[in-house]
Amino acid sequence: MASAPWWRNRRLLPGLIQALVGLAILVLIAFLVGNLVRNLTAAGLLLSWRWLAMPAGFDVSETLLPFNAELPYWRALLAGLVNTLRVVLLGLVGATALGTVIGTAAFSSNALLRRLARAYVELIRNVPLLLQLLFWYFVVFLSLPNADEAIQLPGLVLAKSGLYLGKTELLNGVWQGSLRLTLEFGALLTGLVIHSAAFIAEVVRGGVASVSGGQWEAARSLGLSHRQTLGRIVLPQALRVIVPGLNSQYISLAKNSSLAVACGYSDLYSVAETTLNQTGRAVEVVLVLLGAYLVIDLVISALMNCLNHRVQIQER
Amino acid sequence: MKQPTLLTRIRRDYFASPLDGLLTVALLVALGAGAQALLHWAVRQADWAVIQANSTLLAVGRYPVGQQWRLWLLTALLVGSCGCSWGLLRGRGWPRNDRLAAGLVAVLALVLPWSLQLDLPIQGRWWALAALLLLGRWSCGRWGSALPGRWRAVLPLGWPLLYVVGLGLIGGGLGLLKVTPSQWGGLLLTLLAASFAIALCGPLGIALALGRRSALPLLRWSATLYIEFIRGAPLITLLFLGQNILGFLLPGGFAPDRVWRAMWILTFFAAAYVAEAVRAGLASLPRGQVEAARALGLSSVQALVHIVLPQALRVALPALVCQFITLLQDTTLLSLIGLLDLLGVARAIMSNPDFLGRNSEVYLVLAVLFWCCCAALGLGSRALEQRLSRHHHPMR
Repeated sequence: MASAPWWRNRRLLPGLIQALVGLAILVLIAFLVGNLVRNLTAAGLLLSWRWLAMPAGFDVSETLLPFNAELPYWRALLAGLVNTLRVVLLGLVGATALGTVIGTAAFSSNALLRRLARAYVELIRNVPLLLQLLFWYFVVFLSLPNADEAIQLPGLVLAKSGLYLGKTELLNGVWQGSLRLTLEFGALLTGLVIHSAAFIAEVVRGGVASVSGGQWEAARSLGLSHRQTLGRIVLPQALRVIVPGLNSQYISLAKNSSLAVACGYSDLYSVAETTLNQTGRAVEVVLVLLGAYLVIDLVISALMNCLNHRVQIQER
Repeated sequence: MKQPTLLTRIRRDYFASPLDGLLTVALLVALGAGAQALLHWAVRQADWAVIQANSTLLAVGRYPVGQQWRLWLLTALLVGSCGCSWGLLRGRGWPRNDRLAAGLVAVLALVLPWSLQLDLPIQGRWWALAALLLLGRWSCGRWGSALPGRWRAVLPLGWPLLYVVGLGLIGGGLGLLKVTPSQWGGLLLTLLAASFAIALCGPLGIALALGRRSALPLLRWSATLYIEFIRGAPLITLLFLGQNILGFLLPGGFAPDRVWRAMWILTFFAAAYVAEAVRAGLASLPRGQVEAARALGLSSVQALVHIVLPQALRVALPALVCQFITLLQDTTLLSLIGLLDLLGVARAIMSNPDFLGRNSEVYLVLAVLFWCCCAALGLGSRALEQRLSRHHHPMR
């Protein structure tokens, strides 16, 4: 072994490679950070968080937290974050419900329904989400009729001035409801739910397909109906395949909610964009954005991991 | 076994129980009503002049009119190469699928330029392009098999070469007038950004995946950190970072143009997702493969290149194509940072007072375009998968 050249030395080589890679990474980071500090100093924008306490000077529409233009920037960003969380939470519920329905429709005894479920997934997955959001906002929601010709469904009224839920009534030409949603929020929620449902349907379909055919046959031979078999035998077993897949779809939904700016909804990203335009604090704003989305992703992952533990079949 | 007749099949599939029958009828009525409303809108209410008047803008954005011959030349080169590759892959015969595709190309070349009301010389160019495609298919299919084997092995390298030539033709330089990236737009920019990112994120993603599975802790940690950082952030925030911070990170004057920044960000973004797909492929490979290769005397690099990667990439192929489809769709986000990709141009057109309220037509055309591109990628991936699995299991 003494004759082996040094570059074949099994003990030396890993250390050497790591040292080289580490050096390269360090040099790169030093180069980038050095430039950053030099350029930021030249522009007078060295890292500082004092601007967060200054009054924002712009308004954030439809916030759950009270907000006005005199409140500081951090309150504006917080209001944006709450708006993001609101649409993500409702989106998760809606997309899961619709996705489960469409995913199980792929196993219906009716061939037309099966084909429609397939067509829905193929249609939605091959059209960009941003295009869909713009369609929902500019084509569908902005062309809703005026208050006197509003579309009235049980517990839901759709009009140009907004979406009214719960107990609705027309007072002096203005709709009143127990809950009013803006068109922007409605369009974003609809777009996100419809888009994510297609992906969740695929996850559900994959999960149901992973349950062996013998389970179906056994349940049917015990006298359970098609629907009972699906609901009581197959879906519970499919859950352990479905939950990990749902995890990544939920995270995508949370990240996709940042396209809210296309519908004019004030989510975290759109507030951050306005903040950057007003303060020029690019580095700090991007750090806030990245940190916030990272935390949202981690929380979703943690919750889904808990759920995953619950649905795993307890083996002896 | 006796084949069920059409009637019994319909009965079994659509009218198995009264409830099923009711559902079928209800769905058919709803579908019919929807289709009729759509047709009525498309024929009676829609005004397609917005597309006809802006077809050039949608295709190439504000690319200088005097230089557009370069794009025609590039299209001709691409179409010719497609035809030749098609012919080389399929050989001399014309199976049913090929005849269908050829017919579709001919019909599209006749109908689309006419329905867009293009000038007659430009319509003629489209006919010539379609003819070139079919000519390439026919001639390469007929005489391609006569080429020596070594030539045929080198021919695929023509595609990367063509890509570089194409970038030169689009961007200019070397005697051609320079066309700055800010003048690229429309479908041209969308396809360029997507193809650039797809071409580069592959190698980058493989390197990251290998790094993440490396035995060396430093490599593993840095690759993991990079992948998780990118996957944790929405693309729009990364594009935002590219537009607003990249200029600060590089020495003054070195920062690339806004379009190039976005294209690089797309590449680095996609690389993290590609890395995860490749990693799953690598993980699916039994350890015995590497051990056997090493026992046969292959070095670790040889084992990687000849044994591990080909098998891992074959497993990862569906997930990879899925990523590429997502990437093509993600190029629409360029319009949110003020670039004029296909969607950006479309939004600019819709804000033109001449075409106010014609949103539906534009969105529909864009959706159809994207749908066709993505569905074609998906179909291609399935065909490639079948081809590879046949190659892999010749017994089947």
